[in-house]
Amino acid sequence: MRVAVTGLGMVTALGGNAAESWAAIRAGRSGVRAITRFDTTGMKARVAACVDFPEDASGTPLVAPERLRRMGEAAIAEALAQSGLSGPFPGPLCFGLPPVEIEWPQRLALGAPDHAGMIAAGAGNATHYQDFLLGGVATWLAERFETQGVPQAVTTACASGASAIQLAIEAIRRGEADCAIAGGAEASLQPEAFIRFGLLQALSGRNDPPEAVSRPFTQSRDGFVMGDGAGALVLESEAHARARGATILGYILGVGEAADTFHRTRSSPDGHAIVAAMERALADAGLSARDVGYINAHGTSTPENDKMETLAAKLVFGTEAPPPISSTKSMIGHTLSAAGAIEAGVCLLALRDQFLPPTINQDDPDPEIGMDTVPVGRQHGFRAALSNSFGFGGQNVCVVVGAA
Amino acid sequence: MTPVMVTGVGVVSSHGEGRGVHAPLLAGGVPPVLARAKDAPYDIHPTPELPLDRFIPRREMRQMEPWQRIGVHAAGIAIEEAGIKPQVGRMDVTVAAGGGERDAALDAAILAARPDAAGVHKMLLEGLRPTLFLAQLPNLLAGSISITHGVAGSSRTLMGEEVAGAEAVRVAARRVAAGTSPVALTGAAMTSDRPELLLLYGFGGALHQGPWAPLPARQGMVLGSVAAFLTLEPEGANAAPLARLVAIETSQGRPEGRVARLRALLDRVGHEAELVISTASGAPAATADELAALPRAPDLFTADLFGHSAEAAFPAGLALATYAIAEGRARRVLVTGCGQWRGEAAAILEAV
Repeated sequence: MRVAVTGLGMVTALGGNAAESWAAIRAGRSGVRAITRFDTTGMKARVAACVDFPEDASGTPLVAPERLRRMGEAAIAEALAQSGLSGPFPGPLCFGLPPVEIEWPQRLALGAPDHAGMIAAGAGNATHYQDFLLGGVATWLAERFETQGVPQAVTTACASGASAIQLAIEAIRRGEADCAIAGGAEASLQPEAFIRFGLLQALSGRNDPPEAVSRPFTQSRDGFVMGDGAGALVLESEAHARARGATILGYILGVGEAADTFHRTRSSPDGHAIVAAMERALADAGLSARDVGYINAHGTSTPENDKMETLAAKLVFGTEAPPPISSTKSMIGHTLSAAGAIEAGVCLLALRDQFLPPTINQDDPDPEIGMDTVPVGRQHGFRAALSNSFGFGGQNVCVVVGAA
Repeated sequence: MTPVMVTGVGVVSSHGEGRGVHAPLLAGGVPPVLARAKDAPYDIHPTPELPLDRFIPRREMRQMEPWQRIGVHAAGIAIEEAGIKPQVGRMDVTVAAGGGERDAALDAAILAARPDAAGVHKMLLEGLRPTLFLAQLPNLLAGSISITHGVAGSSRTLMGEEVAGAEAVRVAARRVAAGTSPVALTGAAMTSDRPELLLLYGFGGALHQGPWAPLPARQGMVLGSVAAFLTLEPEGANAAPLARLVAIETSQGRPEGRVARLRALLDRVGHEAELVISTASGAPAATADELAALPRAPDLFTADLFGHSAEAAFPAGLALATYAIAEGRARRVLVTGCGQWRGEAAAILEAV
């Protein structure tokens, strides 16, 4: 059974919907800019692919769950409008989300000098309760769009959006649902989470100019750039989509995953787990390596990821003529829990337009990469694309996207 | 659909670890293990001392906080008791998780200093240990299980308190039944004496104060440290299954529909059971609704034995149900649960 995509929604630093985001990505424009919503004094990284809201200028930025709700709502609403489905949604919500917890401005506003006082002062605070429960955002989105069953708040770190797509297509293939909303949202760009990523030595310290910081596959790449964003897909069994006369945008042909048992933040040196994830995705799609015409890379711009990912890609696709590979994170940053969903959406749009989105900032290509990283976007004939997502914790998920 | 068998169970609670400690609790009469939380006037069921080095090498121990450690330990017990250690390379893991432990000392220092935003950032930059971030990420319980036990199939983590615990098991069981997962490990863990959890669940206004009392007489939640993992395999794959997981169903919606939704789940899984185990949290409204939906009073509340463990509560109920069947105490067991805020679940287990 093929699973069709009938709706797509996207919020990125480049635009509040898929059309704006995609136009900017095609043009090779960067959404990375200086962080203004909080003070970055003393922080190694000071830029990000920010999705700011008016309240962020007030000095008290939105809490992460509110940013997640707004971006998630916009992406899902856009996808549903395109799909032509309205009213209670007749399937589940599977959504990649980051963990949330009370943030420092809210902690300090409770006015207590110690844990005991804070716990006492917070007792019965229903707003904080619904904001900071780990199922809170997914529940809010599920009730907003009246989805069915338990909303799955999926977290496999940077692979969450791809895992959400996987959980959704599995439910459709098992016949539990005819359709599902799959996607993800990310809003970890708040001081404590940002500092934590910085302490892991994961973020670029380059900062200037912001648009040149995310530079996957280059010799001078030195870390990722965090991004806010959300992506959503309406997925349906092909039969369900055709029966209601929906326009099919493309297909999720297959998903593969493999857990790496080597290290929490690094791939096995031989790349076997990410090789296995790519091979399982191809097998699940019933395709061979030569059927894939484009890879949307995990491509974080960390020295480690880009080396291992391209090494693994060459093991799967060969060194003679591997497909072109690009990282749209060079423009929209690393949207972590949303990345798998946004980037599957990018693959759908690339297939629709037969256009390869670029990896920008390719002015000092790393000779070890040995693949076409698409320095400038271009037309390209292809029928299937592979979207890679590799998470901290060794959770690797690859999605095969097919043309309509 | 292939019948799904529970082939291994690993449980950690304030009573200790494993079947030898927990199966006798089913007979009743064992008082709860209680302690006072460090930072709040609440009782908790504390984390027990465990021989953690049995499964977790020293270098890995440093990468985890107690929540991950007891989870990884319980997962190890389940894999070992099922006798499926050679199969970890193709084992799929589905975990329900909240966030991990914070650096309580650093938080206390910031609360005491009450600096401005720049001051908070400075204290975090200077005080946070890099490894703590990974110990806090919900998906790193599954990640630590993969690294410690070599579990290399799929790895998924769901957030969302109680119902995420049931949903994780449901997804794992559906995949086994559909033939898309040859061997599954599923469950959750939570530690109780944590200021960030007492704060979060305190926001809900339903933490119990005053002397401990059993449910349903008590109004409110008493948190407990629990880790509960099950291994699931298709019928015939394991020579010594413990119980058959006949049905597991979950639902969610607004609280006003909770009784009707749980009744609908009970209609789907089947009411008839010799033993009814409730994983009710103790939160008053949700617990009252669960009891209203049940055909009869539960024989056992997991919260009485272990305390309430959010994501781990429903897996702990399934673990006790499996022990009840494996020990010959019952041939058919119903496990139910309503999340403290949202979500309902029901499951039926039967003797093999």
